[in-house]
Amino acid sequence: MYRGQSGQWSWLFHRITGMGVLLFLLVHIVDITLIGFVSGKVYDDALRVFSTGIVRLVSLALIAAVLYHAFNGVRIILVDFWPAAHKFQRQMFIGVLVLTIAGFIPMGFFVVAPIFGHCPTGPNGCQPFLI
Amino acid sequence: MATTQQEASPQVRRKPRLVAAYGSSSKPTSGGWETFSWYFLRVSGVALIFLVIIHLLLMHVINDVSATTYCFVVARYQNPFWRAYDLLLLTLALPHGLNGLRIITDDYLHSRGWRLVVQSGLFLSLLFFWLMGSMTIITFQPTPGVCPTTHTAMVSR
Repeated sequence: MYRGQSGQWSWLFHRITGMGVLLFLLVHIVDITLIGFVSGKVYDDALRVFSTGIVRLVSLALIAAVLYHAFNGVRIILVDFWPAAHKFQRQMFIGVLVLTIAGFIPMGFFVVAPIFGHCPTGPNGCQPFLI
Repeated sequence: MATTQQEASPQVRRKPRLVAAYGSSSKPTSGGWETFSWYFLRVSGVALIFLVIIHLLLMHVINDVSATTYCFVVARYQNPFWRAYDLLLLTLALPHGLNGLRIITDDYLHSRGWRLVVQSGLFLSLLFFWLMGSMTIITFQPTPGVCPTTHTAMVSR
């Protein structure tokens, strides 16, 4: 720990978000396994749980954690490979937070809007759209 | 005995000293497993930024999560590109996460025995979850007659 400087928080958040995303990944591998080794119907039942309002709110935490971990990871790599970057630790940490929030707001909107009956998703509305 | 030697030559005595280190950790140079682990976390991390964020956009923004149904997956997995994409995502994300957790356990487990138990458990879960995920991605075959057969049927539905 670094006694309350930005480094302490960036380090702590990196660990917490990393463990959170890992936990989701393990759950996600199990729920995807339903599709191959159980049945499509059971998979669709599980999907209905993922589409409820409560799980949508939980997935907001997942999105925030992924974005923070990604941008803070870039900060760590910058400092590792470009030693002069340490002079901008505080600015870079603020940059990480700004990017996380800037990415989170629009993505979170798409995830939460269906709770209120809006479907801003995709060119086909809430129909599946494949690239 | 060591104490008397230190007292005899006080200039050799090592005082605890704070060393300024920037970043999460200094670059390892041993060339062994820990060096590989250090580089793997960073290289896989850079790839995962793109792989994970594109995956999130596809499954939670471009498509609503409620639309990623069984038939959605059937249509998607007709294209081997997405199977390869998902396999790469799994193969990078799972060891990245579990190796990160191993490094966290290094900080909190001080006895060799507990480390051995916990880290062996992490390694076994890596094998278990990777096999589970990759077998699903590679071997998945749709049940005939459940979903529209073509890609376009799915999109225009």
